Amino acid sequence: MKSTKELQTIATQVRRDILRMTTAAKSGHPGGSLGTADWMTAMQFNLMNHDPEHFTMDGKGQDMLFVSQGHITPVIYSTMARRGYFPVKELSTFRIFGTRLQGHPSTAHNLPGIRMASGSLGQGMSVGIGAALGKKMTGDSNLVYTLHGDGELQEGQIWEAAMFAGAKGVDNLISTIDYNRQQIDGTTDQVMTLGDLKAKFESFLWEVVVIANGNDMQQVLDGMAQAKALTGKGKPVGVILTTEMGYGVDFMQGTNKYHGAVLSADDLPKALAQLEETLGDF
Amino acid sequence: MKPYENKKSMELRAGFGVGLVEAGEANADVVALSADVCGSVKINDFAKAFPERFVQCGIAEANMVGIAAGLSLCGKVPFLGGFAEFVTGRVYDQIRQVVCYSNKNVKICGSHAGISLGEDGATHQTMEDIALMKVLPNMTVLVPCDYNQAKAATLAAAKHVGPVYLRLGRSKMPNFTEEGAPFEIGKAQLLNEGKDVTIFACGHLVWEALEAAKALEAEGICAEVINIHTIKPLDTEAIIASAKKTGAVVTCEEHLFNGGMGDSVAQTLALNCPTPMEYVAVDDKFGESGTPDEMLTNYGLRAKDIIEKVHAVLKRK
Repeated sequence: MKSTKELQTIATQVRRDILRMTTAAKSGHPGGSLGTADWMTAMQFNLMNHDPEHFTMDGKGQDMLFVSQGHITPVIYSTMARRGYFPVKELSTFRIFGTRLQGHPSTAHNLPGIRMASGSLGQGMSVGIGAALGKKMTGDSNLVYTLHGDGELQEGQIWEAAMFAGAKGVDNLISTIDYNRQQIDGTTDQVMTLGDLKAKFESFLWEVVVIANGNDMQQVLDGMAQAKALTGKGKPVGVILTTEMGYGVDFMQGTNKYHGAVLSADDLPKALAQLEETLGDF
Repeated sequence: MKPYENKKSMELRAGFGVGLVEAGEANADVVALSADVCGSVKINDFAKAFPERFVQCGIAEANMVGIAAGLSLCGKVPFLGGFAEFVTGRVYDQIRQVVCYSNKNVKICGSHAGISLGEDGATHQTMEDIALMKVLPNMTVLVPCDYNQAKAATLAAAKHVGPVYLRLGRSKMPNFTEEGAPFEIGKAQLLNEGKDVTIFACGHLVWEALEAAKALEAEGICAEVINIHTIKPLDTEAIIASAKKTGAVVTCEEHLFNGGMGDSVAQTLALNCPTPMEYVAVDDKFGESGTPDEMLTNYGLRAKDIIEKVHAVLKRK
């Protein structure tokens, strides 16, 4: 277990990784990756019961995580590598032909830690439910986590899954929504307002935890602990994780500009100057 | 010609239902999912026998595909059942991403396939499903020809590791293959040896092909009849050998002309041994309401249509 301070230190390095990976690849999705870096770091290092050195596809005896908005591979891969799923130096191969670090997560390239492809949005909650049911059927008391973009909630399948999980009481599932209120074409309010998300999930028979600042490590730890405590009580648990897209670099923050656009080689040093190299770059 | 007897007309989906229970008895990891059509697709006996291994998903096929993929991660062998259109076309992208690209051990069982579904009309009569499923990498596509073979194919699918699409019809059709006959995925089934023309058929049209061969025999035409119950992986060896032997080919299927079994055979012939060929299939249109018999007759999927195409192809030899 890492201290809050240690996790913050790791998250800062993860943000450097995200920017360096995407600029080197000249493509990728830094915005949502930066925004979820604190949550992903907390999950990989403290919150999940998992064993990166002994990755198994069936995840028996371990928690499982499905990141449904597969485009945030920079943060997925960085936190996985930093946690020990594969060598950190492999981050330099992101999106390069022949890499295991595909643009969106893939099981076809044998990267430890990835159990399901994602990228076509809206599917991860269903997969998580299936794994959660599988764990119940096999007597495995570990948890299944999913992560979703808030724009992703516009996909209908999410609500099929939410309805199922609530109706069937899938109470070993924790689904987190990255509530950054941004998507490609504008803010979520401009594109398709999300309304009262908490009330929506509650009306689907979920327990809901709201983390007011998902870029505050202590709040992430506390909120997720609260979510975990709500499992096993007959209801799925939703977490509304309020974040800023692009968090950590002042000129990338709070805009949708960097959802799928990367920093130029010229702009990269300006961003990196705001993020201390804490663990050593890849 | 080797005689084939219709012991009793039965539904292929019923063969699937019986096979699923047997697969469930043999393997405790077999689970089933349905989207509010448990009775229609014959999953109800499984659900009754193994309630703890049955997942009722409600009318939400996309979610059902994802749940099946998630279950497969935990070592389960999920069979999801629904109307063929709604577990293929409606959820193509889900099957593509979390079943085929992720290469999960999920069995997609599509009942009510084809035009012989009848009265429900075109919204429910998929004639595109073989095309959609066969084009996906990692997918195995099975189209059994009768009740007995539907059961055998279900048991074979349960043992096969990897994604499978199992295509089943709704209506009662002749049951003529041997009960308990082995079903080998990827191995074409020779039903009648011939020398003048080869009729490759799948699904409900295999019986029509046998009827056609019987009539052709009376005309002095000796037709080879081969059941292509596995569209993918295709038994190209058997197709090439037979086409070389007879020098003329007719394919028969309850599917659109575009993208079906006939196209798979045509591709094999074009690449290996170009051979005169005719299709018995539906040409680029949707179906409509009618009885199963009316549909097969009016859409040109009968023995008489096969005979016509045999005559046509023999002229091109």
